[in-house]
Amino acid sequence: MATVTVQPETPTAPSQTHDVYRRRRILEWVAVHSLAVGLALLFVLPFVFIALTALMSDQQSLTRDLWPQPFAWHNLVDVWHTPGFPTWWRNTLVYAVAGTALTLLSSLPVAYALAYFRFRGRNVAMMVVIATMMLPPQVSIIPLYLVWAQDFHLTGTLWPLIIPLAFGDAFTIFLLRQFMLTVPRAYLEAAKIDGCGDFRTMVRVVIPMIKPAIAAVGLFQFFYCWNDYFGPQIYASENPGAWTLSYGLQSFKSAHHTDWNLTMAATVLVMAPVIILFFFAQKAFIEGVTLTGVKG
Amino acid sequence: MTVTATPGSTSRSTARSARKARQRRLRRRERLTTLAFLSPWLLGTGLFFLYPLATTAYLSFTRYDGFLSPTWNGLDNWRFVFQDYPFFWPAMRNTLWFVVVLVTLRIIAGLALGMLVIHVKRGSTTLRTVFYAPFLAPPVAATLAFVFLLNPGTGPVNTILGHIGVTAPSWFNDPSWSKPALSLLALWGVGDLMVIFMAALLDVPRELYEASALDGAGAVNRFRHVTLPHLRPILLFAVITGVIATMQYYTEPIVAGQVASGQIAGSGNQFEPGYPGGSTLTLPQLVYNLGFQRFNIGAACVIAMVLFVLSMVFAAFLMRRGSGFLAGEDL
Repeated sequence: MATVTVQPETPTAPSQTHDVYRRRRILEWVAVHSLAVGLALLFVLPFVFIALTALMSDQQSLTRDLWPQPFAWHNLVDVWHTPGFPTWWRNTLVYAVAGTALTLLSSLPVAYALAYFRFRGRNVAMMVVIATMMLPPQVSIIPLYLVWAQDFHLTGTLWPLIIPLAFGDAFTIFLLRQFMLTVPRAYLEAAKIDGCGDFRTMVRVVIPMIKPAIAAVGLFQFFYCWNDYFGPQIYASENPGAWTLSYGLQSFKSAHHTDWNLTMAATVLVMAPVIILFFFAQKAFIEGVTLTGVKG
Repeated sequence: MTVTATPGSTSRSTARSARKARQRRLRRRERLTTLAFLSPWLLGTGLFFLYPLATTAYLSFTRYDGFLSPTWNGLDNWRFVFQDYPFFWPAMRNTLWFVVVLVTLRIIAGLALGMLVIHVKRGSTTLRTVFYAPFLAPPVAATLAFVFLLNPGTGPVNTILGHIGVTAPSWFNDPSWSKPALSLLALWGVGDLMVIFMAALLDVPRELYEASALDGAGAVNRFRHVTLPHLRPILLFAVITGVIATMQYYTEPIVAGQVASGQIAGSGNQFEPGYPGGSTLTLPQLVYNLGFQRFNIGAACVIAMVLFVLSMVFAAFLMRRGSGFLAGEDL
């Protein structure tokens, strides 16, 4: 279609220019697609090498071989049976599930208030939310650690990681508020006329309308907890029974520091759930990421 | 008690003051509702933001090892960190290096990938998935994987480079290549920016491209005069959030340093941070090293305050310049 409209003033040799144009298009198509395939390979190759190395025998992983011969599938089973590994899994799951649930429960009303209530200091509150969002965790870690260790004696457990999430998370509050602002006011007013209080309006009207956003924000928090390294390093490191996958994985490497095959097998077992979850929730996820950057 | 609690006392008041009272009650109810909705955050901000911040500031002026109670020592910690502590300025320089290089590279790569995926006609969804997936790899796992992929002994990357006749560097074991190696890792996880840029690119009105094509603008000019101006706000957003995230750069460099040096991780274990040669040391790592391994809590709090001030400067910048992203209707 474009080929016809672009060159209207060459009536003498239409077929020739047409050919030139078409050839250029084809070349462009080939260039773009081969670049895309090449880059895609580069992005996939690390996964491929991790998987291949995970399946090598102990002796072979000390060589420069790239292809496992024979495939040592038992590596994955062996890693799973490493003392501690199931515990790290369970701890990570507890941290991520409880953390996500608590974050959403505590952040939803705050986001609702910041989105709909008019009160003095609302702008200041928003600015504090944004400032908190940008605060490196290292800034506040020392006083917090001292409190958890000296006043509550809870270091070496998962509690110092989970409890703070029951008090709202700035990033979650911020995103949920942005999504709530997209709900048309008319729905809220209708609910009010029907005699709904604010809590009922939130639960019955607003939350159902921003369900996809809540799913996306929940996924973010889940991944944050799942991937968190600094928190478990500070609070859980002294007790191996409270380690999470991220922290345990690194110690695993230290314990098996020549066995790259077992380390990569452990890496596969840590990466797999995240990647699988991504494939199931891909749409919610990419929409969520998009909205974080493009909102407003 | 029974007398004062009876409703008979209010029935005596006039209709006007009754209405006023109702209004006041309504307003108080409203205020209580607001307070109730905000309560988790108000408590959280006090307990996990204001209190630790004030304490960090206070402790930075004290001598404290975490056991004996802190004693005031004025500016001693600040002087120590800025003048005598050998790791502060290298960490500052490294952090600056990462802020400049990582943020720039990630933005260029994210934008380029986004444009590529949009231009691909077949399989662009698959492509998007492939480019996005590494972003989700847990940082510790991804770092371990890259230390293996790039290890000079048996790593597949150097093996392949050797086959095609390139003398490969030692990456994570060479002070001048450890930061580029970390940059490769960061580029592998560029999917978040790609997705954000894709959305912004799809928002550019197609008519503008067609119009400028008709005016004879080439691809480069179209990018400069149509695409870039439309992307300016999202670029600003990417720069500022990238800078703030990079100032917190912690997990990847510390894990890479520890794994590549073959150190045993664990509590109480001390090692020279930032292997090799302090080249992967960043400011957040100093807080951990000073506070939790050397128990020099005063100095650790000085570094924490430096981090705080730097982050807040950029946060303020984001709030002023990029308020379009942050504000909903009014802020």
